[in-house]
Amino acid sequence: MSQDIIRSIEEEYFKKDMPSFGPGDTLKVHVKVVEGNRERIQVYEGVVMKIRGSGLSRTFTARRVTYGVAVERTFPIHSPRIAKIEVTRRGKVRRARLFYLRGLTGKKARVKEKGRF
Amino acid sequence: MAREVKKVILGIKVGMTQIFDEDGTAIPVSVVEAGPCTVLQKKTADSDGYDAVQVGFYNLKERKANKPTKGHFKKANVKPLRYIREFRVSSADSYEVGQDITADVFTAGDMVDVVGTSKGKGFAGGVKRHNFARGSMGHGSKYHRRPGSLGAKGPARVFKGRKLPGRLGGERVTIQGLKVVKVYPERNLLLIRGSIPGPRRGLVVIKNSVKA
Repeated sequence: MSQDIIRSIEEEYFKKDMPSFGPGDTLKVHVKVVEGNRERIQVYEGVVMKIRGSGLSRTFTARRVTYGVAVERTFPIHSPRIAKIEVTRRGKVRRARLFYLRGLTGKKARVKEKGRF
Repeated sequence: MAREVKKVILGIKVGMTQIFDEDGTAIPVSVVEAGPCTVLQKKTADSDGYDAVQVGFYNLKERKANKPTKGHFKKANVKPLRYIREFRVSSADSYEVGQDITADVFTAGDMVDVVGTSKGKGFAGGVKRHNFARGSMGHGSKYHRRPGSLGAKGPARVFKGRKLPGRLGGERVTIQGLKVVKVYPERNLLLIRGSIPGPRRGLVVIKNSVKA
């Protein structure tokens, strides 16, 4: 019963239009960035490395490598700072946490695309 | 002398979650099902020597109430309630017997103190109970979580108040200066920033902050 109350509070903050995605998928995250007093949208593209938590506190970590520097950013899925999430590629992976990507570079650090059927 | 309260409500801790504020910051909140509490009795300086209100909270099955308390509830003309607490007030005139105190006595932004009974931890060692430093767990050390020296050799006794292992938790705890983040008056819910004492379904008392 108490979980129902918490659920009902969280529900009003949930985003309804979130695409479903999992580890290995490549996402374009549209993040709202505040600069001074104006706001703009920045797109961050990366591979989903892990998803943790449940309900409103669910977060995902996306990894990308730019100019040889790897960046891992963690976002709360339901954060109002995230304007939109697009799934650009569905990855075929065999585990829930893709920490092994950290040790790989170049061609080996790719995630295979899931076949369409 | 006991401190007088301006606003007070009894509640049941529901649990914790997080919500987002308008700039997207996640705020950790404790959810409390607060009220409605019913005023059972008014005490005045003339009749009782001090001013206080007695409030009851949380429905109790008729068959679970014993005869003396049933009589007390009947006097106030209310159904039996599980918890009865008394609070000092400067004057009981503003309260009526049978009147409900609901969650809307608080508004978002209010500073409150929350009183509850902390989770019982049983017989706990010094590391957990008094934040003693522990010894090295490896490198040949055989000294892990023991309390250490109990004092000097000279007095030939251990001084009173020496921090030692023992029962931890399960006692009255007050957390001061918490902020009410949101109020749902129609659902009797309060969201309070941060954690509050006690287990889920435990009774908590929410009062206006003495330091605000």
